[in-house]
Amino acid sequence: MAIATQDTAVRTGRITRTFIYVVLIFFALFYLLPFFIMVINSVKPLSEITSGNMLALPQDPTFAPWASAWSTAQIGVEATGLKPYFLNSILMVVPAVAISTALGALNGYILTKWRFRGDTILFGLMLFSCFIPFQIVLIPMARILGELGLSGSLPGLILVHVVYGIGFSTLYFRNYYAAFPTELVKSAMIDGAGFFRIFWRIMLPVSGPIAVVCIIWQFTNIWNDFLFGVSFAGLSAQPMTVALNNLVQSSTGVKEYNVHFAGAILAALPTLFVYIVAGRYFVRGLMAGSVKG
Amino acid sequence: MASVDHAEGPDLRSRLQDWLPRLVLSPSIAAVMIFVYGFIVFTIYLSFTDSKMLPSYGLVGFDNYATLFGLSAWHTALVNLAIFASLYIVICMAIGLTLAIFLDQKIRGEGVLRPIYLYPMALSFIVTGTAWKWFLDPGIGLEHTMHLWGWESFKFGWIKDRDFAIYTLVLAAVWQSSGFVMAMFLAGLRGIDNEMLKAAQIDGASNWQLYRRIVIPLLRPAFMSAFVILAHLAIKSYDLVIALTGGGPGRATELPATFMYSYTFTRNQMGVGAASAVIMLMGVAAVMVPYIYAELREKS
Amino acid sequence: MSFLDIDNVTKSYGNVEVLHRVDIDVQEGEFLVLVGPSGCGKSTLLNMIAGLENITGGNISINGRVVNDVHPSKRNIAMVFQSYALYPNMTVGQNMTFGMEMHGIPKPERDRKLADVAKLLQIENLLDRKPGQLSGGQRQRVAMGRALVRDPDVFLFDEPLSNLDAKLRVDMRTEIKKLHQKLGTTIVYVTHDQIEALTLSTRIAVMNKGYVQQLGTAKEVYDDPANMFVASFMGSPSMNLIPAKIVEDNGALAAEITDASGRPVRLRLSRDGAGVRAHLERRVILGIRPEAITDAEGADRRASNLQVLGNDVAVTEPAGSDTFVTMTLSGKDCIARMRADAEARAGAHFDFTVNMDKAVLFDPETEERIDR
Repeated sequence: MAIATQDTAVRTGRITRTFIYVVLIFFALFYLLPFFIMVINSVKPLSEITSGNMLALPQDPTFAPWASAWSTAQIGVEATGLKPYFLNSILMVVPAVAISTALGALNGYILTKWRFRGDTILFGLMLFSCFIPFQIVLIPMARILGELGLSGSLPGLILVHVVYGIGFSTLYFRNYYAAFPTELVKSAMIDGAGFFRIFWRIMLPVSGPIAVVCIIWQFTNIWNDFLFGVSFAGLSAQPMTVALNNLVQSSTGVKEYNVHFAGAILAALPTLFVYIVAGRYFVRGLMAGSVKG
Repeated sequence: MASVDHAEGPDLRSRLQDWLPRLVLSPSIAAVMIFVYGFIVFTIYLSFTDSKMLPSYGLVGFDNYATLFGLSAWHTALVNLAIFASLYIVICMAIGLTLAIFLDQKIRGEGVLRPIYLYPMALSFIVTGTAWKWFLDPGIGLEHTMHLWGWESFKFGWIKDRDFAIYTLVLAAVWQSSGFVMAMFLAGLRGIDNEMLKAAQIDGASNWQLYRRIVIPLLRPAFMSAFVILAHLAIKSYDLVIALTGGGPGRATELPATFMYSYTFTRNQMGVGAASAVIMLMGVAAVMVPYIYAELREKS
Repeated sequence: MSFLDIDNVTKSYGNVEVLHRVDIDVQEGEFLVLVGPSGCGKSTLLNMIAGLENITGGNISINGRVVNDVHPSKRNIAMVFQSYALYPNMTVGQNMTFGMEMHGIPKPERDRKLADVAKLLQIENLLDRKPGQLSGGQRQRVAMGRALVRDPDVFLFDEPLSNLDAKLRVDMRTEIKKLHQKLGTTIVYVTHDQIEALTLSTRIAVMNKGYVQQLGTAKEVYDDPANMFVASFMGSPSMNLIPAKIVEDNGALAAEITDASGRPVRLRLSRDGAGVRAHLERRVILGIRPEAITDAEGADRRASNLQVLGNDVAVTEPAGSDTFVTMTLSGKDCIARMRADAEARAGAHFDFTVNMDKAVLFDPETEERIDR
C-alpha cells in the first residue's frame, strides 16, 4: 500500500508514542480476532467447539469440516456442499466484471476526451445510480428478467450486475482519465488516429492502475452481493453468499459451527486473495481521488 | 482565391468520428436510463397501486404510504435505522480518524497494520455476520469463553436481547467499515501540505491545537466523502442483518431494507413494499444529490 | 495568394462570441506569432487552424484548400503542444513515427525519415527511451521531431517553451529560430511571452479579448503600437503611459505633464499631425518606452528631438547591464532604462533626456493612437 509517507512535522513524546502504539495494536487485534477465531475453529471437531474455549488452539486439528463444507454439507435441500455455488459465483463474477469494466473504460474515455453538451448531466445520472438502494429496482427487475427469459439464471444475474456496476466503473475511469492530458488525444488526432485507435493505442496502455482498482472493486462487490443473488437466482444459479447463508441458517439438525466457519472462509477466500495480491494497487488508486466521486 | 475549393463538406470519416463517441456511450446510457431510472419510476408507480403478490395497476393514491406509516414494524425499522446509522457513522469516523492520525505519526510497521485494518472490507457481510453471530452468542462465544476462564459473572447477551441487539449490528458494521474510513482519512492527511504544519508549529501550536485547529478542518472533504459513503451504506444495509440477526429477536433489528424485502416478497404486500423502497430512495437522494451536484459543479 | 488564409473567422460557444472576425494571411515560410494574455483567444484560433475546434464563421484555408470541415489528420499540419503530449507508453522513436504509421507510410520510409530528423535535432541517442526518462529540454526536442517527420504544410506551436526553465527557454528559442531559418517552414506559434514573440516572429498578431489588436512585424508592433493595450503588453518593462495635455508652446505642439513635485513640464512633440492637433487642450496619454528616457550620455545621437526633463529620482534598480530608475510623472510611476553607470541616485534630482521621436500619443477614451 504505497501511500507516500511524508515527513510528518508533528513530534510526539515517548509516553504519547507508547499510547499510540497501544491503541494501534489494540485495533489490529480487534480486526483480526473474528477471522482468527473462524480459522482456528474451522479445524476443530464439533465436540471441541461446544465443550471448549473458542480462543483455544485446536487440540485435534481436522480438515473434515472443510471437506464437508466444500462437498457434502446440506445446502437447502441438497447435500452438495458449497462447491457448485462457488462455481456459480465464478461463472457470474468473471463476465460481469469484464463487461462492466470494459464499458466503464469506454464511458470514462468518452466523458473526458470526447465531451459534448450534456455529458456532465449524463455522468451525474450514472453516478447517482451507484448509490440507489437496490430495493427500488427489485420488483421491476424481477419482471424484466422474466420477460427476457432470464429469470433465475446466471445470465440474468450477470446482466443485473453489469447494469448496476456501470456507474462505479465509469466513475473510476472518468476520474482517472480526467487527469490524463487531453493534449495527447489531440496530438493523436492530428497524427491521424481515430476514436478506437486512440483508445486502444494511447489510453489503454496507461490504464493499468485504474483497471486494477475497478476490477478489484467490481469483483469484491459482485462476489459479495447477496441481495440480487437471493432475489433473482434460482436454486441452480445461486451464488456463494446465498448458499453460505442457507448453510448457516439451516434450522434442521445440529449446528455444525466448524462447517459454517469453513464455509464462511471459503466464501471469503477469493476476495481476500484478490485483496492480498492486488490490494496495494487498490488503495493507491483509491487514494488518487477516485473515491471522491 | 480562385483556386479555393468550397464544395467539400465534412468527409464521411469526420462525420462518423463526431457521432462515434455518443454511439458507443449510448448502450450504457440506455441501460442506466431503463434499469435505474425507468425502474425507479415504475416502483414509484407501483407504490400508488393496489399491488399485492403481483403488480396490479389499480391506483389507490397514497393508501400504501398511509398503511406503511401506520405499521409498527415500519416505525421500528425507522427508529432502528436512526440508531444504527448515527452510531455507525459516528463511531466509524471516530475510529477511522483516530487510527489515521495515529498511523500518520511515522509508525513503524505501518505497512503491516494498514492491511489488517482494511481487510474486513474485502469480506461479504454474510461472512462478517456469520463470524460475529457466533462470537456474540452467549452460549458459545465470548460470554462462554469468559466463563471458562473463570469470570463467571461476565454477561454479554446483547444479540439475544431485544433492547440491545441493534448495537450488535453497529459493532459488526463498524468492524467491517472503519478501516476503510481510516484509509480515506489517511489519504486526506497525506495530502496536507507539510510546510503548513511546520509553519503552525513555528507559530507555537501544540500537537492538539495543530490537529484541532488546522488538520481536522482541512480534512473536511474526507469527512464529507466518508459521511456520504457511510450514510448510503447504512440505508442500504440488508445482508448484515440477514446474516447476523435475521431481523430478530422478534423484530428488534428490522431495518427498512429488510422490511421492504419481507413485505414485498414474503408477505405479498407489494404496494407497501414499493412505498417503503421509495422512502429509502428519498433518504439516499437527500444525502447523495447535494453531494454529487457539488462535486460535479466543482469539477466543471 | 497566401499559404495559410484565416478569412473573417469567428468562434462562438453558445451565444458567446470569443473570437471576432479574425483576418490573417500567412505567406509560405512565414513565422507568425499569436501573442496575448491568457483568455485572449490565441489558443482557440490555433486549435481552429489545427481542426481541434470547429469554426463558427469564416474560412480557414491551407495551401489553397478550405479546411473548415477537414479532419485534423488530413490538413497536413503538425502541432507541438505545451505539455509536449508525448505518448507515455511509446518510445521516442515510436512517438515520432506514430503519425506516419497512422497514415500508412511503409516502415522503411518511416525509419529513413526518423533517422533524418533525429540527426537534425541531435536526438539519435534517445530514440529507444520512454518520454518519462527524458529531461524537459529533450522532451521538447522530441515533440518538435514528431512534428518535423510529418513534413507538414504548416507547423503549429502551442506555447512550446512555457514548461522549460528560464535558461533552457532561451536556448530552445534560438534553436527554433535556427530551425526555421534552415528549413523555411511555415509556422504559427502561440505564446503569452512577448519576448518570444519579438525574437522569433516574422510577423506578430497581438490579441486581446478575442480581437486581433495589431498585426505587424516585431518592429512595427514595438515602435508603432496601434493602441494602449499593444503598447503596454509588448516590451518589458512596459511602456510608460503618462496622462498629459496637448498644449501649444511657441508655435509647436507639446505634451504637458507634471513632475514629482507637481510642477508642469512641457515636452515638445516630434509628430504634430491633424490627429494630434485635434486634441489641442485636451487630455491624452503620452507613451514613452523606458529606453527612450536616459541620461544625456546614453541618449540616441541620431534622434532629432531630445528634451531634457529634470525630476526627483524615487528608486534605482541596478540590473547588471542596465539600471532602472523610477520617478513620478503626472502622479504615476515612470521607469527609465539607463546605462549601468548612470549617476542617478535615489532621492536626488536628475536631468533625464527624453527621446521624443519615440513618444506616442493615445486617446484616453478609445485607447487608440492619435498621432499615426
